[in-house]
Amino acid sequence: MSKFHVSTTVNGDTVEYLCDPRETLLDCLRDKLNLTGAKEGCGTGDCGACSVTVDGRLVCSCLMLGVEADGKQIETVEGIAEGDVLHPLQQKFIEHAALQCGICTPGILVAAKSLLEKNPNPTEEETRYWLAGNLCRCTGYDKIIRAVMETAAELREAS
Amino acid sequence: MDYHSPASFAEASALAANATGTTRFLAGGTDVLVQLRSDLVTPNTLIDIKKINGVQDITRNADGSWTIGVAATGAEMSEHAELVRDWPGVVEAMDLIGSTQVQGRATLTGNLCNGSPAADSVPAMVAAGVTVTVTGPDGSREVAVEDIPTGPGRTALNKGELISAVNIPARGANGGDAYLRFIPRTEMDIAVVGVGVNLRLEGDTITEARVSLGAVAPTVLLVEDCAKAIIGSTLDEAALDALAAAASAACNPIDDKRGTIAFRTEVSGVLATRAAKIAYARAKGEQA
Amino acid sequence: MALDDRKSGFTFVGTRPNRPDGLDKVTGRAKFGADISAPGMLFGAVLRSPHAHARIVKIDASKAEAHKDVKAVVTRADFADVLFKPGLEGEFWNVLENVMAGEKALYDGHAVAAIAATSALAARDALKLIEVEYEVLPHVTDVDKAMATDAPVIREGAADYSVPEGMHPNVVRYHDSGHGDVEAGFAEADLVIEDSFVTEATHQGYIEPHACLAMLGNDGKGELWCTTQGHWIAQKTCAALLGIETSQLRVTASEIGGGFGGKTTVFIEPVALALSRKANRPVKLVMTRSEVFRATGPTSSASMDIKIGMKKDGTITAAQGVFRLQGGAFPGAPGDMTAMCAFAPYNLTNVKQIGYDVMANRPKQAAYRAPGAPMGAFAVESVIDELCKKLDLDPVDVRLKNAAHEGTKASYGPRYERIGLVETLVAAKAHPHYSAPLKPGQGRGISCGFWFNHGGETSVSLALSEDGSAQLMVGTPDIGGSRASMALMAAEVLGIPYENIRVTIADTATLGYNDVSHGSRVTYASGLATIKAAKHAVEKLSERAAAKWGIPVDAVKWEDGCAVPSGPNAGDFDPMPLADITADMGSTGGPISGHFEATPEGAGVSFGTHIVDAEVDPETGKTSVTRYTVIQDAGKAIHPTYVEGQYQGGAAQGIGWALNEEYIYGDDGRLQNSIFLDYRIPVASDLPMIDTVIVEVPNPGHPFGVRGVGETGIVPPLAAIANAVSHAAGVRMRQLPMSPPRILAALKDNG
Repeated sequence: MSKFHVSTTVNGDTVEYLCDPRETLLDCLRDKLNLTGAKEGCGTGDCGACSVTVDGRLVCSCLMLGVEADGKQIETVEGIAEGDVLHPLQQKFIEHAALQCGICTPGILVAAKSLLEKNPNPTEEETRYWLAGNLCRCTGYDKIIRAVMETAAELREAS
Repeated sequence: MDYHSPASFAEASALAANATGTTRFLAGGTDVLVQLRSDLVTPNTLIDIKKINGVQDITRNADGSWTIGVAATGAEMSEHAELVRDWPGVVEAMDLIGSTQVQGRATLTGNLCNGSPAADSVPAMVAAGVTVTVTGPDGSREVAVEDIPTGPGRTALNKGELISAVNIPARGANGGDAYLRFIPRTEMDIAVVGVGVNLRLEGDTITEARVSLGAVAPTVLLVEDCAKAIIGSTLDEAALDALAAAASAACNPIDDKRGTIAFRTEVSGVLATRAAKIAYARAKGEQA
Repeated sequence: MALDDRKSGFTFVGTRPNRPDGLDKVTGRAKFGADISAPGMLFGAVLRSPHAHARIVKIDASKAEAHKDVKAVVTRADFADVLFKPGLEGEFWNVLENVMAGEKALYDGHAVAAIAATSALAARDALKLIEVEYEVLPHVTDVDKAMATDAPVIREGAADYSVPEGMHPNVVRYHDSGHGDVEAGFAEADLVIEDSFVTEATHQGYIEPHACLAMLGNDGKGELWCTTQGHWIAQKTCAALLGIETSQLRVTASEIGGGFGGKTTVFIEPVALALSRKANRPVKLVMTRSEVFRATGPTSSASMDIKIGMKKDGTITAAQGVFRLQGGAFPGAPGDMTAMCAFAPYNLTNVKQIGYDVMANRPKQAAYRAPGAPMGAFAVESVIDELCKKLDLDPVDVRLKNAAHEGTKASYGPRYERIGLVETLVAAKAHPHYSAPLKPGQGRGISCGFWFNHGGETSVSLALSEDGSAQLMVGTPDIGGSRASMALMAAEVLGIPYENIRVTIADTATLGYNDVSHGSRVTYASGLATIKAAKHAVEKLSERAAAKWGIPVDAVKWEDGCAVPSGPNAGDFDPMPLADITADMGSTGGPISGHFEATPEGAGVSFGTHIVDAEVDPETGKTSVTRYTVIQDAGKAIHPTYVEGQYQGGAAQGIGWALNEEYIYGDDGRLQNSIFLDYRIPVASDLPMIDTVIVEVPNPGHPFGVRGVGETGIVPPLAAIANAVSHAAGVRMRQLPMSPPRILAALKDNG
């Protein structure tokens, strides 16, 4: 089977790649575009380490084919900071030690940013359920949840 | 693997009808991609139906019924306030599938066509009396959701047929639905038991009911004895006991990595009563 | 500096600065195992046995080899038979047998062949072209069944000298220790409880699958990039398995996405090197999640019998335990560790413990956070809880009454130095959690836990730059913020700001040998080495200052980052800052560095006490953990936030182990739940906030008093949760995990 030519937008940049129809969006981001921030922790949509947004919608990039990305707007962890200014979530994660090994961090940041855009004032329960698809094995989630909720509080105060 | 993204259901149907080997339709892909990745199923032909016009739409028809596009995602359903108001059970059932990320992709149609006896949205749809429009080489037909699955991983769809719309009836007055499932964690699991209840009241008395069980038999069950147990009652203790007993009696489960026969049988009764109470409260217009 | 020259007042240590690698890890630029590529790179894939136990009759790879995209196929024949010294025996042989099956496939998922091809998809597809003929053999996966007379033999002759005669060949090691006379002790007791317990195997569950990039030529020189807890052990093992010289293989540790003990050995790394050598191209090999579950180290499963006698006042008169641990198809299950840790928190006159290491047709067990200890604690602390209940005694008071302290003869032999168990129990008793009211349906459990901690071979090098900044090279991969701790300790000694220190995880070619990041050793051992290396540099700095001032070096001391005269008689000189000394170091004697290489022995054992509240739904058997408090002795917390993180992470993993995580094998001996959907680790909505109390009883074996904190936190949770659940449900749970079907069945049995 011949490959498909895909033209899409990643973090605001127009990009193109050729992919086999069996390759996932995650494969294409990592292997063709060298955007290795999204991780493959499971390949079955159970761990969330590959989280990205597609047309503003949070998805697992391992559960979407690369060929399906044609014409879409994709945002990854690499696009969260604005220039040299970290997103408040990124800053808060560092300050709170909301990461230990850091492998789940890109996916959690993408998911948390998506949460705060949808719900600027989430409860602890809402935050925990929103992030239930992002597995972290190091932290017990405590510092992650605190970092997300404190960022939300600061963003509310700032706006 | 050949990949196609047809522009119409007729074209999709023709592609499937003429394909050789294994064919899969790609809606949200949350099952198809998992099977592909694990080498369980590598289709010869993959037909992406998301480029077909209108498949993302959630439409309330003039008679109060709903048409859900086959690519409308769980997230889009949950964000649709009117749909949630009419059919909270169906929407909750869909919403329980997977993570926030999975909700961004997964669809009612995909959940149904995957053919899993544990599919969360299916008991809720069966209880709600949902039908699907099936389009094939010879035109379209309307099929009740409970008639689609024929066994684990199998459906009643023939070669060249695919689901082109999901039709939810009008809610009507004094009705309520609910879906509950049992999982060991709070999220991210496959249902060990699932129960959908849909009922209608006159005053405090139940006049219509449909009760459906998931994950307790090779296919999702529509259990008439459960409905009989509560129709005519005010959902008093005796009716709830009868409901639980009927639910447990209807189970024909297996022992597997997710649960035991004894557990599934017992808990189906427990969840049936809990779901019925929620549906009842909703039918009365109470918060639940 | 003598070890007893310990510091108590700190400037940097105990503060909570941002970790040095924080920016890399929140922006996606940190490079983990699978995040690297090389020009001309091939992609590997591994063919695995679908059988739990089978003789490999024939492997026909001719069709795969003939495929145009395939550049190499390897089987066991491609690994070293004749080995570079010290020879392939003992654990090296076991590792080789595990990374590529020899005569038999020993478990579902055991590697039998591997391929390198031009793309990941091509490699996966080509695997299907390899034909393997198996002769399926009887298998056994359960520990008690594996010890039974009629159990299939996994491997003859695997048992060592310790195993008593007459045992099944699957029992490969035996441990027996204790002191006093347990029978006399039981006779003194007012109540003796004897009970049996079972725990299932769990997986470390790190989110990053094993991944590596290997390059090896037929000149015997190689490069390996891999995600590992210890790249020197990877170097040594891979070199042995491939028959090359250790020093000719340079191993670089990637950022590591979790390990918990599971990345202390090699799996795919030697395979990738063998493929690379055969193809003469770089080969990248990344495991799928399913491969991680099927073929990398889970923990042992266990079956245990406990007998404890207690007086009415709570005094334990005797304690005895038998611990049978199944560690897969290879020797190594930590039955000895389980036995030695089980009663370690208590000051016992009469104690006896026996441990068995048993083989079965499962993947080779690997270390998992205090390997062996959590299971034993589950069994022992459950019986203590039951004794407290029957004798109507407060469980913290009983533990305080029997608690080990400085000078106690440990259950496993030595006398304790200064330890902090009593302090954790006192803190537990005083904690508001312990006295908070419970709601109906809830139960509260407590448990103590013990872990040895480890020192291990350690090398650290520190180099100063002309501008007064410092580069610190350590050899222990940073799994959870250890760069920050190292920089804090170096800053403390050098007296320069934390931010001026760059910490690098050195590769195997740039630093001497380092033991793995395991045994809770990093902050202890690499920390100790960092302090010593920094002091070494300070000595040289002081020499330079002395020379500049024209006074003897012993008339100079180091204070707040400056050389100063040691007293009024030394002379009247202004403090000379570090940067003033390094500025012209090239002309005052050359570059200034400090280094330290040793095997520190004073790791300092560690204890913790956990309090947990659990709620059980009596109709479904589902448990929710509603409140959790970890109290643990850290000796001295270098970066308290990351210490808290270790406590919280250990507790969360323990909650998973207690409630839902387990390896589930079918009758066919195949693993049934090799994805995260069905191997149920806790998700964010499953857990409450996890409160922590850091107790600090300084370790006499570390200059700043550090004790390792990584492992002890997973020892108490299984028992603490089991005790809470047993109180909430009104029925004693003796099997883990306490999944809803098991709890509901126990409730039904109880009427």
